[in-house]
Amino acid sequence: MNTIKVGMADLAVVKTPGSLITLGLGSCVGIVLYDKINKIGGLAHIMLPSSKEIKNNSNKAKFADTALIILLDEMLNSGAKKRNILAKIAGGSQMFSFNSNSDVLKIGQRNVQATKAKLKECGIPIISEDIGGNYGRTIELNTEDGSLLVRTIGHGSKII
Amino acid sequence: MDINNINSMLLDILKEIGNIGSGNAATALASMIDKKIDMEVPQVKILEFKDVTDILGGAEIPVAGIYFELSGDIDGNIMFILNLESACNLVNMLFNRENTKTELEDMDLSALSEVGNILAASYVNSLSNLTSLTLKISIPSISIDMAGAILSVPAIEFGQIADNVLFIETQFEEGNNKVIGDLFLIPKMDSFNKILQKLGVM
Repeated sequence: MNTIKVGMADLAVVKTPGSLITLGLGSCVGIVLYDKINKIGGLAHIMLPSSKEIKNNSNKAKFADTALIILLDEMLNSGAKKRNILAKIAGGSQMFSFNSNSDVLKIGQRNVQATKAKLKECGIPIISEDIGGNYGRTIELNTEDGSLLVRTIGHGSKII
Repeated sequence: MDINNINSMLLDILKEIGNIGSGNAATALASMIDKKIDMEVPQVKILEFKDVTDILGGAEIPVAGIYFELSGDIDGNIMFILNLESACNLVNMLFNRENTKTELEDMDLSALSEVGNILAASYVNSLSNLTSLTLKISIPSISIDMAGAILSVPAIEFGQIADNVLFIETQFEEGNNKVIGDLFLIPKMDSFNKILQKLGVM
């Protein structure tokens, strides 16, 4: 089975049999799209909520808003049908805590909000999520059944 | 300043900043645990985001990260990162314990934060003293987790202005290889001009 590794600010789409994995999500969010009829999966590892807040926005996979559009396009190009596509999301934690209200430290929360808003705008339902907290996550999508394995250090593993 | 057009002079200056800071930090660490500490030559690394999470040997390796915000003439972060085994060995040395302990309790985390604090403060102090840069660090914050998740924090800060991230990295090794740690200075890019001006090279 081929496993494609998705790095930070990166995305990929794969047909079954195959899996998509992204390692060590912290404040970043992993957006998973899955077409259960055609068994096609997509995964984006986004770092920031919005391409509109930032001047240097050439890497579209870096932002929740632009990454989702590209991921969806690539899913459709690979033969997925929009009406079959469901989403799962994971990540968006706060790795370090400070007293300050710095925006950077709340970036996880903002990434999750932006991801949810964009998925809603695209009309893609979120069927499960594992977000927040103060720990990192590795996620792996199995394109055979759409199950998403979430691994952590000290907070167990689960399938969502 | 564009990260893709950093000239060799700026690279040398950033390396020298690493050198000045780390030398003092290494001395502080050596006197804290009363052991010999070897220090590698500081390296300036410019990486794409997708490669950032692997620089400590793998994104899923458990590490202890102690994180500081840096402000003043250089804005950015300082991070001291140890793999979990080194972190355990380091607290065992600090508390004069036999090397049996492999899990970290609150007291150990607090001690590690303090070690990080002393290292970061020595780094920043020697920089301030030898240059005319004014620098301040925040209180430490510690996290034990996957290397990738910890490194994503400074990467995200860089992500707001660039598609690469720049680290000034120094590796420390205790004489018997029981403690290996990496100290990272991660300056924000808009600090580069200020550094050059303050140092009188621009």
